[in-house]
Amino acid sequence: MLGWGFPVLRLIGGAAKDLAPIVLVVAFFQLVVLKQGIPNLLDLTFGLLLVIIGLAVFIQGLEMALFPLGASLAHALTRKGSLMWLMLFSFGLGFGTTVAEPALIAVAGEAAGTMARAGAIEESASAQSSYATALRYTVALAVGASIMLGVLRILKGWPVHWLIIAGYMIVVVLTAVAPPEIVGIAYDSGGVTTSTITVPLVTALGIGLASSIGGRNPMIDGFGLIAFASLCPIIFVLIFGIVIKS
Amino acid sequence: MMSAWITIISVTISSTVFDVLPIAVVLVFFQLVVLREPIANLKHIAIGAAYVLLGLSLFLVGLERALFPLGKEMARQLTAPEFIERTGGGTGIFWLKYYWVYIFAFCVGFATTLAEPSLIAVALKAKEVSGGAIGAWGLRIAVALGVAISLAVGTFRVVTGTPLYLYMIIGYVIVILQTVRAPRMIVPLAYDSGGVTTSTVTVPLVAALGLGLASTVPGRSPLLDGFGLIALASLFPMITVMGYAQISEWMAKRSLSSEDMRHEV
Repeated sequence: MLGWGFPVLRLIGGAAKDLAPIVLVVAFFQLVVLKQGIPNLLDLTFGLLLVIIGLAVFIQGLEMALFPLGASLAHALTRKGSLMWLMLFSFGLGFGTTVAEPALIAVAGEAAGTMARAGAIEESASAQSSYATALRYTVALAVGASIMLGVLRILKGWPVHWLIIAGYMIVVVLTAVAPPEIVGIAYDSGGVTTSTITVPLVTALGIGLASSIGGRNPMIDGFGLIAFASLCPIIFVLIFGIVIKS
Repeated sequence: MMSAWITIISVTISSTVFDVLPIAVVLVFFQLVVLREPIANLKHIAIGAAYVLLGLSLFLVGLERALFPLGKEMARQLTAPEFIERTGGGTGIFWLKYYWVYIFAFCVGFATTLAEPSLIAVALKAKEVSGGAIGAWGLRIAVALGVAISLAVGTFRVVTGTPLYLYMIIGYVIVILQTVRAPRMIVPLAYDSGGVTTSTVTVPLVAALGLGLASTVPGRSPLLDGFGLIALASLFPMITVMGYAQISEWMAKRSLSSEDMRHEV
């Protein structure tokens, strides 16, 4: 525990630098464009202080826990050499991290509300909540499937761009046939799935796998899992929209 | 005031713990039941995990209590008809009246992306794996620029009411062309940066902006136009990150070839 002062200060300084652009933008628009004072200056300063300390502590924890954990799991799973368990683990990780994701719960609720107002589904609360739940599970299933596919790709050494380009072709085709009100929701659901804790874990897992399997380059084969996790939900939600409609 | 903050922080910590429970269950199950080996450095990792939870909670509380209300209020004011008439009333062209909205979207996209914790994580890993060839700041600035452009374009799209798929398809065509030309090493990382940009910091502000616009611009529906900003924000960073690699490769080649010429002379 000795010698902590300096790294902590360095981390907090780094976090303050990361936050500085936000402060500048807010101050500029508030003071120059909207010509208003800053309300609740004391609360705002304290909140910003929390954000800076929080970011610094998070990054410290990232290097101590999430990166080593992802890497050591990747090594242990390749040592075990069972494809089935590796696939199950990948699916579980993707599904488990997504199904409880607060951003997704918020978006699904929002989507159900807008769908009901547009008359696409019934207005009742039970219809809305079952729609939101179905949407949430669809996305979680998609993320599980995509981490599984992404890990399989690392094992086989398939080039990532063919799979991604093929995926976007499918998105384009499905967009043309899907009901228009689901399209925006589907595209957005790809973006909200990858949370702050999932991303470091999954990235470390991918790089760990690529570096423990012979003939793989961590730079070329290790990255790409997040890309799958943002693409597959779009496809799954578009299909979900088509199925619900018919 | 202090006691109110302490209550909020403890509530957020407990809800963060609850959110990561599924991940913890998966990890512990595989470690104990499938792999059947003890975790190396367990104490170190446990302390780190506590840091992750504490740091993330403080970060979220600070954002939600201080920055988000102000940011959302600003988004609402900038899209309000009175403000648009006051600042843009002189310009005859309809979409030009909203110029402050585009500038705000650009700045907010750039600034929030630089503070996005998951992007920081990916940039750290990319720097480590590439042996420093891909600088953490270079990557983050390229991604932030991508998000900034996409939000400016996305708000323009909402104002003009042009269909989202047009922008998406043009974007994907550019991505495909760049994939062919860009250095091979950058491609997977560029695809990943599309997904990491839009999370904790960016999404709430962007959603407020999109919703505010869609409900104040005449003839827009929140259903069709409010969504879609996030989709563009995960597309453009791929273009800027590959572009960043292409430009640095081009500059390296140019300085190399001018060096060659000097040698020949």
